[in-house]
Amino acid sequence: MLAPTALLFLPLLAGVLINGLLGAKLPKWFSAALGCAAMGASFLGALIVVPLVAAGAVGDQVLWTWMAAGSFTVDVALKFDALSCVMALIITGVSFLIHIYAAGYMSHEDKRGLSRFYTYLNLFVFSMLVLVLGNNYALMFVGWEGVGLCSYLLIGFWYDRERKEGDSTFPSQAAKKAFIVNRIGDFGFLIAIFLMFTTFGTLQFDAIYANAQSVVGGPALMWGKPVLWWITALLFVGAIGKSAQIPLYVWLPDAMQGPTPVSALIHAATMVTAGVYMVARSNVLYTLAGTGPSLVAPIGIITAAFAATMALTSFDFKGVLAYSTVSQLGYMFVGVGLGAYSAGVAHLMTHAFFKGLLFLTAGSVLHAMRDVGDIRRMGGLSRKMPITFITFAVAALAIGGFPFLSGFFSKDAILLAAYQQSQWIFWLGAITAGLTALYMFRLLAIAFLGEPRDRELHDAAHESPAVMTLPLIILAVLSATAGAVLGMHEDGLLYRFLSGVLHVEHHGAATMTPMFISVALGLVGMVVGLLVYRGKSADQLNHGSAISALPRAKWYVDEAYDAAIVRPIHDVSRSVLWRFVDKWIIDGVVNASAAAVYAAGGVLRNVQTGVVQTYAALILAGTVALLFVKALL
Amino acid sequence: MSDFAICLAVSAALFTLGVVGVLVKRNAIVVFMCIELMLNAANLAFVTFSRQHGTVDGQIFVFFVMAIAAAEVAIGLSIIVTVFRNRASINVDDVTMLRR
Repeated sequence: MLAPTALLFLPLLAGVLINGLLGAKLPKWFSAALGCAAMGASFLGALIVVPLVAAGAVGDQVLWTWMAAGSFTVDVALKFDALSCVMALIITGVSFLIHIYAAGYMSHEDKRGLSRFYTYLNLFVFSMLVLVLGNNYALMFVGWEGVGLCSYLLIGFWYDRERKEGDSTFPSQAAKKAFIVNRIGDFGFLIAIFLMFTTFGTLQFDAIYANAQSVVGGPALMWGKPVLWWITALLFVGAIGKSAQIPLYVWLPDAMQGPTPVSALIHAATMVTAGVYMVARSNVLYTLAGTGPSLVAPIGIITAAFAATMALTSFDFKGVLAYSTVSQLGYMFVGVGLGAYSAGVAHLMTHAFFKGLLFLTAGSVLHAMRDVGDIRRMGGLSRKMPITFITFAVAALAIGGFPFLSGFFSKDAILLAAYQQSQWIFWLGAITAGLTALYMFRLLAIAFLGEPRDRELHDAAHESPAVMTLPLIILAVLSATAGAVLGMHEDGLLYRFLSGVLHVEHHGAATMTPMFISVALGLVGMVVGLLVYRGKSADQLNHGSAISALPRAKWYVDEAYDAAIVRPIHDVSRSVLWRFVDKWIIDGVVNASAAAVYAAGGVLRNVQTGVVQTYAALILAGTVALLFVKALL
Repeated sequence: MSDFAICLAVSAALFTLGVVGVLVKRNAIVVFMCIELMLNAANLAFVTFSRQHGTVDGQIFVFFVMAIAAAEVAIGLSIIVTVFRNRASINVDDVTMLRR
């Protein structure tokens, strides 16, 4: 078992070290090939692990003891079970395709830039594997912070870029925003870890889940809520930050300042799903605490609907996809919140395929459009870029829930759980499904159909090279077929595989009603999107109805945060902390100690006359004084 | 008063003379001679104690002191000669700085 573990982790580590330390000296093709090869080896490791786990012969792999204090120990140990293996397979598989794609997309970078890019990318996948394979919350937190760091580095990859005209932000600022907003969520996660330590005396998954039953019904910890409620709620705060839910979703749309393969890999397919994984992993706790239906699912569905309105009005190609990601993550939280853990994880998987694909097509479009992401300057791209268009259409159909494509199965499973438990969540979810189809086909109609709006850009556009289109095609096949092949229902392959880990709840009989409703709304959304937006001119697009003004301004959430939090902190820092505390108190202490030393020196300097006889007299006086003291004692 | 006490008293008087000379005299040569005076006062004390205790240790020390005093004279005098060449004076009050 050690061999596949090593194959999972070590090539990536080698890739990080070689590209990171020697990158500036290596030729470009070597940096890219090394990054992809390391990733491929890791993917191979995941492929080897899955059958071993399916055969049921793999337990926790303790590599070494990280820290030990009395009876409390934390091991660097890996957990290979169905859930972590599915995650590892999704992560390494999608990452491998995106690594290859990036070799084409980033080909204009110089030697230093390309090796830096692959260093970060390999480090990201390494951290992500630590996150999903760790067998305790401490190791999960290490991976959690690792992917956060890589996300920061990659959003700010073009850190020297200035603000582009029409953009609300720029890479270095977006990177800082992502890091700081994530920190708030991480704080909740940390407190949850501390609480688990004081409650259970261990951080290991199995030990905590085995003892969780014993603390149910204990005394209230705070605000009338028991300790388990707080643990799960604070874990969910961490998930809100990492998985971009209300109120901490604001960093994700800005994160689109990073290179597009990064948006595809980190901010759509893998890292942002870490929160969903964490809730699914802690399913025992959530089921016992009951926080899922009361906290996780409502926040998920509100986020899903809220983000969909912004996706519907954005004019930025990647912006639409970013809000769509926030929205789909909301769906996943509805699934895991309502106890349909397998459905949530299944949607996580299909989303990784079709959202990864959507972002890669976005990259292909941006590549052809000289980095212009404004869809008001696109149009008619289907003729220039047929492969990109077809794969985009497959992904749009999949995310829109077109029957028998992957999104149809996974979304239906989540909506079924909602239908059985909470009518308002179901209806909001069904409407959001319609909105999802609408905004995807709005994007498709504006960017790919109709007449070109910017003739000059259109003439220069071209289909991307094979190294980029091949991953598109593979992902398109996966997006189309994953649902049907894996069978996203209780007797299907995926659910049976996961059933050993994920708690299954039954709420009434399965019914086809929610499926018909969501599919009908989805199809309506697609048709409306095509009919309304096809062939509209840029001016017509600009003069939208009054209803769209508010979501187009992103509901002024950024402005509200700015006024409520950023400005006050900035002002207090400037006027009080800088002008008073820093300048007078901190500088004052430093300057006062320097002045004291200077003054003392001024007094003692008088001794140093340079006259030899003064020194001799002082030596004599000192000797006599010492003898005197000795005589007295 | 015993011989022992007399010898120690002479040694102390010589040493005090040397100390006062070092502190008050301005001529570097005289200061130098006063240092020699102190060394010899110490020698006298060594020999006195050596005789009193019936051991030779003190007398051996005296030889060391004499040898070192000889070396010191050689170095000290050459320093004084160099100072005189540079400043045309051997007044210790004039030599308050190593640089010019």
